Amino acid sequence: MSTQILMPALSPTMTEGKLARWLKKVGDAVRAGDVIAEIETDKATMEVEAVDEGKIAQILVEEGTEGVAVNTPIAVLAGEGESAAPAVKPAAPAPAAKPAASPAPAPAVHAQAHAAAEKDWGAQAPITVREALRDAMAAEMRRDGDVFLLGEEVAQYQGAYKISQGLLDEFGPKRVIDTPIAEHGFTGMAVGAAMTGLKPILEFMTFNFAMQAIDHIINSAAKTRYMSGGQMHCPIVFRGPNGAASRVAAQHSQCYASWYAHVPGLKVIAPWSSADAKGLLRAAIRDPNPVIFLENEILYGHTFDCPTDEEFILPIGRAKIERAGTDVTIVAFSIMVGVALQAAEALAAEGISAEVINLRTLRPLDTETIVASVKKTSRLVTVEEGWPFAGIGAEVCMQIIEHCFDWLDAPPSRVHGLDVPLPYAANLEKLALPQPDWVTDAARKLMHGAR
Amino acid sequence: MAQAAENRKRGKTRASGPATEHLVRAYHDMLLIRRFEERAGQLYGMGLIGGFCHLYIGQEAVVVGVQMALKEGDQVITSYRDHGHMLATGMAARGVMAELTGRSGGYSHGKGGSMHMFSREKNFFGGHGIVGAQVSLGAGLAFANAYRGNDNVSVTYFGEGASNQGQVYESFNLAALLKLPVVFVIENNRYGMGTSVERSSASKNLALNGAPWGIPGRQVDGMNVVAVHEAAVEAVAHCRAGQGPFLLEMQTYRYRGHSMSDPAKYRTREEVQKMRAEHDPIDHLRAQLTEAGVEEAKLKTIEDEVKAVIQEAAEFAQASPEPDPSELWTDVLAEA
Repeated sequence: MSTQILMPALSPTMTEGKLARWLKKVGDAVRAGDVIAEIETDKATMEVEAVDEGKIAQILVEEGTEGVAVNTPIAVLAGEGESAAPAVKPAAPAPAAKPAASPAPAPAVHAQAHAAAEKDWGAQAPITVREALRDAMAAEMRRDGDVFLLGEEVAQYQGAYKISQGLLDEFGPKRVIDTPIAEHGFTGMAVGAAMTGLKPILEFMTFNFAMQAIDHIINSAAKTRYMSGGQMHCPIVFRGPNGAASRVAAQHSQCYASWYAHVPGLKVIAPWSSADAKGLLRAAIRDPNPVIFLENEILYGHTFDCPTDEEFILPIGRAKIERAGTDVTIVAFSIMVGVALQAAEALAAEGISAEVINLRTLRPLDTETIVASVKKTSRLVTVEEGWPFAGIGAEVCMQIIEHCFDWLDAPPSRVHGLDVPLPYAANLEKLALPQPDWVTDAARKLMHGAR
Repeated sequence: MAQAAENRKRGKTRASGPATEHLVRAYHDMLLIRRFEERAGQLYGMGLIGGFCHLYIGQEAVVVGVQMALKEGDQVITSYRDHGHMLATGMAARGVMAELTGRSGGYSHGKGGSMHMFSREKNFFGGHGIVGAQVSLGAGLAFANAYRGNDNVSVTYFGEGASNQGQVYESFNLAALLKLPVVFVIENNRYGMGTSVERSSASKNLALNGAPWGIPGRQVDGMNVVAVHEAAVEAVAHCRAGQGPFLLEMQTYRYRGHSMSDPAKYRTREEVQKMRAEHDPIDHLRAQLTEAGVEEAKLKTIEDEVKAVIQEAAEFAQASPEPDPSELWTDVLAEA
C-alpha cells in the first residue's frame, strides 16, 4: 500500500511554494517525524516532516521546482508489510452542513412581548442605593452558599464605599474576601472559580481599575461559553462604581458603559434607584452569565423608595418608564435618569410632555420599550454621562433609525459628556458633564419645528 | 486516568518509581500525543486545519508524567499549546482532531479551534489563547477547591514565555496568601515564539520564581517521564495536604515551530537534531522499557493501536460535517 506525500501549506495564507531541497531520495526509509524536504515560501524556508513511515518509492516533484501548489503530490511513500500506513486521501472539501448555506439570521433578541406591566411588589420603604446593594448581596448569599464576595477592602474595611458593610460579620472571611490590589490576578482567579460553578461577586473599587483586568472580563469570562460550544459557564457579577464621582479627575471618572455593552457574552446593567439596585443586583447574581453591574458613587447616598417584599427582584433586559409623556422621549441610564427627570419637570412647566425611560439594562437593550415610546412621541433625546463617540446614545439612536425612522419628526439628539478627559477644576468638571438644561435645550430644539 | 487509584497508593513508595505497567501506559499516552500532533501537522499542510496550530512534539513527557500523579477530580488548564494536555486528560482524539478541522464533531462544535477546547467531564478547563491568562484562571480553579473543601488540585501549565507576565506573580501571591492547591507547571521549552529564555528572562532558575512568596519549586528534566512523575507526585501531595501552591519548572524542548507558520530562524537545525537524537522522551522511554524486559511485540502492539486511533481520528475529523449555520447564534449566553 502506498501513500502520496502532498505539498503542505506551511502557513494560513500559503497557496504555493518552492520545493527547495529533498533530504531523502528514492529508496530511503523514513520514520514518522523525519525531515524529508525543505520548502521555501515568500516568507521563510521550512522543513517538511514525514507523517507516515515507509520507503520513498518515487519523487514526483524535483527539488528546485517553483510554484508548487499546495496539495500537489510531491512523492510516493511505499508501505512496508503489514505495518504500512493507510493512504492519506487528498484533502476533500469539508462536507457542508447545508448546501449553499447563507449566514443564519440573528435570532430576535426581543421576542417576549413587554405588554405586561411591571409587577406590583406592594409596600415600599425608603433606603439608600448603598443599603439596597448590600441587602441584595446579603439576600443572595443567604440563599446560595456558592455566592461569595471578593475585592479590595470589601471585608475588614467594610468596603471602600461601605457597600459591603456588615457582610464579613454575617458571612465570615471564607465568603467575604479581601484581595490584594491586583485586579488582573484576582479577576482571573474569580473567573476561574466561576468556571467551576461558583458564583463570585467581584467588587472593583471603581470600574476604572477594571481596565487592568479587562482581558479576563472579555476574553476569559464573556467568550468562553461560546468557544467551548456551550460546555463552560461563567456565572459572575463584576460590580462597582462607574463614571464620574466628584473632582477625582480623568483617570477615576470614566464611564465604561459602551465598552462592555459592545461585547456579546456579557450582560450589562446600570441601575439608578434603590429598587433598580436591589432588584437587578439580585437578578445579576442569579444569572448564569457574566454580568457587568455599573453603579454610581454619587447615587450611593441617595434615598429612594424600594419594595420591602423579601422576594423582590427585577428582570434583566427591561427598561422602565419613569415618567410618561407624549411629546418627546428622553432615554437615560444610571445617574442621568435623575438629570432627565429634572429636565422633564422643567419641560412640563413649558407645556412640553416628556417621557423618561430608565434603561436599567444596557445589554440586552430593551429596544422594544424605546421604540414604542418614540412611535408615540416622534422625538428622541438620549442622555449619558460618557463620551459621545460610539456611545450608548449613538446605539439607541441607531436602533430607533432602524426600527421607527418613519415615525420621527426630527433627527434624534444626543446629550452626553464632553469629548475630553474629565478635568479636575470644579467649574471645568461641571462644564463637561450633562446638566438638566442641556437636556431641556435638546428637547426644545426637537419641538421647535412642530410647534 | 484509569490508573489514578494506583497512583495515590504509589505516592508513598515513589522512591522506587512507577511500575513498569504504568510506564507502558505512559509510553502509549506519549506516543498518542506524538502521532496526533504529526497528523495534525499533516492535516494543516493539506489545508484542513486553519489559523493557529501549536504542536506539542518533544514535550510529551511533561504532561503525561504529571497526569500520572493526578486523581479523578483534579483540574488541568493550559495555554494554546494544548492538544497534548487534552489527550493526556483522556479527551478523545477524534473530538480534538475534529475541532482542529472546525467540524461539528469537535469538542467545541467547531467554534473554538486548536486553542479553545474544554471538557467538563475530564476537568480540562482549556485551552487559553492569551499568554498567561490561564495562570490566574488556574488559581481560580484551586480557589474553588479550597472553597468547597475538597482535596482536588489544579494543575496550571504555562510556558517560560508566560512566566514574564505580571498576572503570573499576582497569581503566585494570591495562591500563597490563600494557600490554594495549585501546581504551577512552567513548561520551559526554551523559546517564547522566537525569543530564547536567556533573552527574555532575567531569572535564570525559573523554579525559584515563586520563592518570594514562599512557594517551593523544583527544576525537573522534562524530557524524562519518570523524573516528571516523581516531581509531580511531590508537588501534588504538597497541595493536597493543604500546604499551598508548588512550582515545577519542566525543562523541555519543542521540536516544531512556535506555530505552523514559524520559519524557526532563531535556532539551528543542529540544535533541534541534537535534542531529538539524544533526548527524545519517547525514544528514551522505549529503550527503558525494552531494558526492563517489555517485549518488542507488546510495544509494537501499542504502536499499532495508536496508529489506528489517530487514523480513525483523522478520518472522523474530515468526515464530520461543518457546524450548522444555526450554531452561529448558540452558546453566546446561557438561558437565565
